[in-house]
Amino acid sequence: MHLVVIYAIGLIFGLGISISGMANPAKVLNFFDFAGIWDPSLIFVMGAAILVTAPGYFLVLKRPKPVFGNGFTLPGTKLIDRRLIGGSFTFGLGWGLAGFCPGASLPVISTGNSDVLIFTASFIVGIFIARFMIQRSAQQRDAATAS
Amino acid sequence: MIETEFTPLAASLGGALIGLASVLLMWVRGNVLGATGILTGFMQPSSSADWAWRAAILAGMVTGPLVYLFIAGEFPAIQVPVSKLSMIIGGVIVGIGVTYGSGCTSGHGVCGMSRLSPRSFVATLSFMAGITLMVFVTRHIFGL
Repeated sequence: MHLVVIYAIGLIFGLGISISGMANPAKVLNFFDFAGIWDPSLIFVMGAAILVTAPGYFLVLKRPKPVFGNGFTLPGTKLIDRRLIGGSFTFGLGWGLAGFCPGASLPVISTGNSDVLIFTASFIVGIFIARFMIQRSAQQRDAATAS
Repeated sequence: MIETEFTPLAASLGGALIGLASVLLMWVRGNVLGATGILTGFMQPSSSADWAWRAAILAGMVTGPLVYLFIAGEFPAIQVPVSKLSMIIGGVIVGIGVTYGSGCTSGHGVCGMSRLSPRSFVATLSFMAGITLMVFVTRHIFGL
């Protein structure tokens, strides 16, 4: 039962992405092309999403716990560091090259579009490269502390 | 470059559904609806129950465009003004960036901003700066 509800939530998200235009690289890139053929549509996507999510979260997070499960899982760290800023800026550069972001590309893999499949495969490769690099630098740090 | 039409109604409706899904996931299961986090945990789950809910939401996500097809009679428009090479390089860079930055447009931009997380606010400004710079450089300096 719980998984059927979660499936339906994913479906609402995927339908929202499909309607919004977020999965259309031409639209996404034009939104950020302030010096060229600017299409302001995407500000309405993020604006509407936040207008719904902010009051919704406010009400939900006042409850003692979620419907299924023992507690809310919220990111614990409050750290604003080079890794957060550098990583996010880097993500933006890649987004600007391809025109897809992860949440927009994942739902539309079911269209079978070759660009979506190429992007999604590449972005998964990127996740593993980064996880490998993060793990290795943690090991080096541990080795340096031990010696 | 491909010119696109200004579509505020579709954008707002789509955005509202993205927001609705985010609120429902927090209400039902207590999780942030961030695509990067959900996918990363799906590929390297901490337990079988952890894998199951991620599989369910991802299965729902890919059903979205099929429902769109059923209602609208066609798949959502995907117009690509860049080369396959840009797709590959851009994709790898996105994967590295979202892993170091701990989130993407859905996690930081929608969920994090909605709970007024300063971290997500900084992350969102950073990736908006990155994409604005890249679009300016590729289109107006290199003329791609």
